[in-house]
Amino acid sequence: MAKVKGAVVINTENCKGCGLCIHACPTDTLGFSKDINSKGFNYSEMVMDECIACMSCALVCPDAVITVYRMRKDKAV
Amino acid sequence: MGITVSLENMEKIYERPKTLKKAVMHYCPGCGHGVAHRLVMEIVEELGIQENIIGVAPVGCSVFAYYYMDIDMQEAAHGRACAVATGIKRMMPDHYVFTYQGDGDLAAIGTNETIHACNRGENITIVFINNAIYGMTGGQMAPTTLLGQPATTCPMGREQVANGYPIRMSELVAQLPGTIYVERVAVNTPARVRKAKKALTKAFKSQELKKGTSFVEILSNCPSNWKMTPVDSNKWLDENMLPYYPLGLYKDEISGE
Repeated sequence: MAKVKGAVVINTENCKGCGLCIHACPTDTLGFSKDINSKGFNYSEMVMDECIACMSCALVCPDAVITVYRMRKDKAV
Repeated sequence: MGITVSLENMEKIYERPKTLKKAVMHYCPGCGHGVAHRLVMEIVEELGIQENIIGVAPVGCSVFAYYYMDIDMQEAAHGRACAVATGIKRMMPDHYVFTYQGDGDLAAIGTNETIHACNRGENITIVFINNAIYGMTGGQMAPTTLLGQPATTCPMGREQVANGYPIRMSELVAQLPGTIYVERVAVNTPARVRKAKKALTKAFKSQELKKGTSFVEILSNCPSNWKMTPVDSNKWLDENMLPYYPLGLYKDEISGE
């Protein structure tokens, strides 16, 4: 079975750096950034290309800053 | 710097609901209120009832719910959200009406209004966020604070002799004949968030039947006033709140059984 590939786009400016998405991610795709946003939070970002589009991060995100994408089935390699 | 992944050939499978305004919520990082707001707004979007729903905001941390929910909303006096919602629903029976209340609003100052609204069987949905503490005022003991749990007004932990037992609202209102749907859910793991959304969807849809009140209790964390990190607070919820506030369906008379 082909592995599902996905990606997340995070609105880093609105992220409060609570880390719930990082804890929820089953594949360690997400991590804290070294930079900070204008509010002074170390926001969450993709640190590895391991996303399986499970949406766990988006479900637990209290600020709804995560958008999840999944590779189209016909385009999967 | 994080990595950048090309979005070519990708389809969007999840995004922020459009019914949630773009404003940044004032809640502390990791607060469960944000998840609950998002779930309610996702349901409004999916059911297509944005023009046809009226929410009642409480007093407490979620007092500014109307800044974030892009629907018609009304602010109620402290604890009186159910009473205000009763009036709105009786004047506009074709609208969906819900209250969004915390434990200080619903289980402390508003217990009377809540119980009587449920007992009258008003066709409203009550969304009750239980985080076992008074959040906005600075972490005082709430009626839902667990025995032994420290708060600013009981720094050594709540004692039964002085402060009584924590109140279980779901079990309480499930006994009343006016309620048709009562469920307790949590928002501390992805799986529980999915379940919470199903429960809320059922509760909102039950208003169409005009048979009674639907009540959904959402267990949430309060990292700031529990004085923990958001991840630790979700673990604490698992270990301490779930044994006293068991999750589950307490009443479901939607199907007419």
